[in-house]
Amino acid sequence: MEEAEEDLICVPDSVSTLPMIQVTHLSKIYKNDSVETVAINDISFSIKKGEFVSIMGPSGSGKSTLMHILGGLDIPTKGKYTLDGQDVEKLTDDELAEIRNKKIGFVFQAFNLLPRTTAIKNVMLPMVYGGVPKEERFEKAKKFLEMVGLGDRLEHTSNQLSGGQMQRVAIARALVMDPAIILADEPTGNIASTQAAEIMAIFQNLHKKGHTIIMITHEHDIARHAKRIITMKDGRII
Amino acid sequence: MDYSELLAEAKDALFLNKMRTGLATLGIIIGISAVITLVSLGQSGQKSVETQIQSLGSNLLTVMPGAQSSGGIRGAGGAQTTSLTYEDAKALQVNSNIVGIKNVSPEIAQRSQLTAGGNNTNVQVQGVTNSYFPVHSLNIQTGNSITDQDVVAARKIAVLGPQVVTDLFGEGATPVGQTVRINKEAFTVVGITEEKGGSGFQNQDNMIFIPLTTAQKIVFGVDYISSIAIETTSKDNMTDVQNQVGYYLLSRHKLSDPTQADFSILSQQDIIGAATQVTGIFTTLLAGIAAISLLVGGIGIMNIMLVTVIERTREIGLRKALGAKKKTVIAQFLAEAIILTGVGGILGLMFGILLSFIITKLINLPFVISLYSIVLAFGVSAGIGVLFGWYPARQASNLSPIEALRYE
Repeated sequence: MEEAEEDLICVPDSVSTLPMIQVTHLSKIYKNDSVETVAINDISFSIKKGEFVSIMGPSGSGKSTLMHILGGLDIPTKGKYTLDGQDVEKLTDDELAEIRNKKIGFVFQAFNLLPRTTAIKNVMLPMVYGGVPKEERFEKAKKFLEMVGLGDRLEHTSNQLSGGQMQRVAIARALVMDPAIILADEPTGNIASTQAAEIMAIFQNLHKKGHTIIMITHEHDIARHAKRIITMKDGRII
Repeated sequence: MDYSELLAEAKDALFLNKMRTGLATLGIIIGISAVITLVSLGQSGQKSVETQIQSLGSNLLTVMPGAQSSGGIRGAGGAQTTSLTYEDAKALQVNSNIVGIKNVSPEIAQRSQLTAGGNNTNVQVQGVTNSYFPVHSLNIQTGNSITDQDVVAARKIAVLGPQVVTDLFGEGATPVGQTVRINKEAFTVVGITEEKGGSGFQNQDNMIFIPLTTAQKIVFGVDYISSIAIETTSKDNMTDVQNQVGYYLLSRHKLSDPTQADFSILSQQDIIGAATQVTGIFTTLLAGIAAISLLVGGIGIMNIMLVTVIERTREIGLRKALGAKKKTVIAQFLAEAIILTGVGGILGLMFGILLSFIITKLINLPFVISLYSIVLAFGVSAGIGVLFGWYPARQASNLSPIEALRYE
């Protein structure tokens, strides 16, 4: 609770000069039999701590692939990726898992909740892997579910929730380990526009608390919430 | 993540899809219980035959008239079934040159109609001497046995089996002193034998015992006997005694060539050996069926485990994306497989034992469960279950989280 209060006191828009994410000459090439598909073609950029960045582009432009690499879910074919000062290439599988657990919060377009599992258990899952003491898990998960407005839906399973509610459970799950970076892949892609506004309000609030947020979208309305927009096309930044 | 957390997580995952878990468990239960039941039935059958033969007496040699191509002495065909006499038996009993004979029981047996009051029954009439009872380990429950004096004087007395008593006088009656008739000849009942609970051939509960001489002279009107049972002093000298008795009887019957013998000697071992050969085929057959059911059960377990784990590749990707280490994911799936095969295995074990128990009770066989069938059934299905729960989980956790998440 104390930490949360400190976060609230945190000065909004306090963008640090330190780069949180630094990408240089990054490429991702998929090889399928004899066909080579270049998903990301030699891109370089950096994102500072506390920034709210939106990545835009038509489908097939490589934005999702980029997001997966930034989140440590996939590895680049070429180039260098430094996350909070650490060279990701040099990390072992287990160290990468630890980073995904503690530093990165993922919000997927398809929600990716555990099926037939209650909201509270879904939110508690990262804490199971993060070594959070058992006694603290429930209270923490409850706090974050209340924050996204689902305090009365703790014991609902995913099939009893609407798309917007499921996405809010996913956001609570992404936030529960208090990650420095939040990666959201089309967080409003699968939900109604009224609920999209609520979701964006949550992101705005998180940005104010100092989280680094990177959000993929192809909707200009949504992208406008970010302070900076990176546009991609055919695997390059334009 | 410690073990209790791992188990809790595995338990949650198992309870999440009750249908899937139920089917996997059912596969394991059927595989294990089929093997245990089939092996148990085979062994019960074998045990039953062995016990029946064993109950006829131990360390027993049986001399039969006529030539039979079995046992230590082989004879040519054509010998008569009248070749053995009471004198042969008496000579064997008193001959001090043959070492290792404990008791000799000459016997004559034939089925006959038995009446008492208004009731009648068809039973085996056994003409015996006093030795019959110790040789065949048959005890007198009520009254007296047949004595040597009864045989010498050819008295018309009888000892009844408990089944005969029930059939003629009613359940629980003690007809000592009463009269039974064999072919119109009246016999006074002097004793009743103990219930042996035998069934099938040579059921001693359904016999009437009378003095040998009375049977020969009054009932059957013959001067030969049906067989001589010889009890040896120990199990080890049976072959030796068998040979000595053989050569002695040859000389008594004035035959020089063993191939012309007009009798044959069977040992209890010969009979058990022949019977075991038959039940052995039976057991092998059942073991074959058990092996097939183990194989089918194993393939069933393999399939359901493979399908369950592959179906959950996306879940593995998600867990990794949320920070689960590779070894944690593998450990969870391994724990699930162990719980599944463990619970299924124990249930299958109990079900198999229960089923064997019920079936053997229903068809009146001794209940036998062997450790090896339990170990085999449990080991094979648990091994398969764990292997095919672990291997696909390992494959899936080797994928990058995004590959696993995209898995269709």
